[in-house]
Amino acid sequence: MSSINRHAKHITATVVGNKRIGQYHQILLSVGDIIQSTHPGNFVAISVGGENSAMILRRAFAISRISHRSDRGDGTMELIVAPHGSGSRWLCTQPEGASLDVIAPLGTAFGIPTAPAQALLVGGGYGSAPLFGLAEVLKSRGCRVDMILGASTASKIYAPIEGTRSVNSLKIYTEDASAGISGKVIDPIPGLIQEGLVDVIYSCGPMAMLAAISRIALSLDVVHQCAVEESMACGIGICMTCVLPVENSEGETKMLRSCIDGPVMDGADVKWDLVGKVVK
Amino acid sequence: MSELDFSTTLGPAWFPTPVFTASGCASSGKELSQFFPLNAIGAVVTKSIMLKARPGRPTPRMAETPSGMLNSIGLQGPGIDAFLADDIPWLLEQNARLIVSIAGENVEEYSVLARRLRSIGGISAIEVNISCPNVENRGLVFACDPNASRAVVEGVRRTLGGDIPIIVKLSPDVTDITEIARGVVDAGADALSLINTVLGMVINVDTMRPHLAGKTGGLSGPAIRPIAVRNIYQVHQALPKTPILGMGGVRSARDAFELILAGASGISVGTATFSNPVTIINVQKELREILAAKGFASVRDAVGFAHRNE
Repeated sequence: MSSINRHAKHITATVVGNKRIGQYHQILLSVGDIIQSTHPGNFVAISVGGENSAMILRRAFAISRISHRSDRGDGTMELIVAPHGSGSRWLCTQPEGASLDVIAPLGTAFGIPTAPAQALLVGGGYGSAPLFGLAEVLKSRGCRVDMILGASTASKIYAPIEGTRSVNSLKIYTEDASAGISGKVIDPIPGLIQEGLVDVIYSCGPMAMLAAISRIALSLDVVHQCAVEESMACGIGICMTCVLPVENSEGETKMLRSCIDGPVMDGADVKWDLVGKVVK
Repeated sequence: MSELDFSTTLGPAWFPTPVFTASGCASSGKELSQFFPLNAIGAVVTKSIMLKARPGRPTPRMAETPSGMLNSIGLQGPGIDAFLADDIPWLLEQNARLIVSIAGENVEEYSVLARRLRSIGGISAIEVNISCPNVENRGLVFACDPNASRAVVEGVRRTLGGDIPIIVKLSPDVTDITEIARGVVDAGADALSLINTVLGMVINVDTMRPHLAGKTGGLSGPAIRPIAVRNIYQVHQALPKTPILGMGGVRSARDAFELILAGASGISVGTATFSNPVTIINVQKELREILAAKGFASVRDAVGFAHRNE
């Protein structure tokens, strides 16, 4: 047996909650015992549109949070879905009790510090979703968790009250000044690092944001784990569509699959300037 | 009623079932082994391997289309050395039957690749991919040129001698598929793979530019199944003795059966694996039931059955 996809199972999950929060839907799935091997950063791949749908490809969603039902060894997963395309719109119409064809958990997870550390969690738009599950785990390991979230406008910020319980501080940045501080979420990062408040950065959001944080983290010598997003057809490593240029320990740049070598990657290894370009 | 003979042959190569993976849709095999044992199917058809490691095309590489998808991978792969060192031994350890797909940048490269594979035991057949649409130079699509496709197959045949069966994968993007098919069979092909993806394009109406970085891509999925059926039907009619490995939009056993009726002796499940990794296992199980229910004693009896009384 190979180690690739080793925890992934193909299951039928039941929708146990579907609630609109601002521009997004918070969808709660009952997923059985795969919860035991699910960690912050992992994602799910869901079939959309029903059996005879013309949408033949699964849609990938980051897992926002998980909750164990300790007495039974199973539990639920929370997804935050933006109804942008036809597949995600279909998912957002699924009522409580609906069955979904799900493969999970997939991909790499965020690395958790072995000793208590100061963690800065940076989210862009609904990319903040998996950071709340991560915050819970970091908090339980004694880490200090500071979170900064940004978006173009207030309605695109995802920051549920229950999710913020695990963070020591939360600051919001909007480019149109409709909520929180006016500006971009990356603006305060150099200052926070220079004040000695950051041992490790975790990020999730648009690729341009991840690239900008990677440059800051590299220049100020801070570890940066980012969850990348590339469009993918399969989620299990066979279609080769979700690749990113990543430098390996020998200094060679390889096109790695963001589904099995990611979504969580070391921001310093991704060759952001080469994304979308021909790699030699 | 006697037991159904579910085995099939592609030229001299024998397989216990007629259901295979499709080249480029199973990666190295490791990714799928979590979902089913690789020795449970007819054979694993590997991604097309080239002489040198190749990064492939830039992203975006994929666009979903109605009942299909466009891909523009550009034959990303580790190159033959790493493939022989890492992938082949692992696949043989799984007791998987193997069809190794090869792709060259020129006629000579195909022969060099064939020579490297000749000495490897345990390979059931070599698929010569002369029809990948995602190369920088469309002139490299040998399958669109009768002379170039013959030259490739003659070279590989000479190199392999009679040791390993050759399956040649053709493109549907030609005026007359039977002309290309006849040429490669004359040049020494034991069987044909029909069809590769259909060249297509999507323009993003928001950005008003081509969606794929490589502009064009290969269309696959149920959308192209009628094209596969037509190509298989025409080639089987023209060359009834040449076995065909059929592929193109198969996602159910009924789809697989349709391709067999058109003239395919084996079926590859490709894009459907992206949406459901165990599609191939479901197709295999249900195809056996369909053949039995229709009263066939063997796969062989059903091959090309739609041509009867013509």
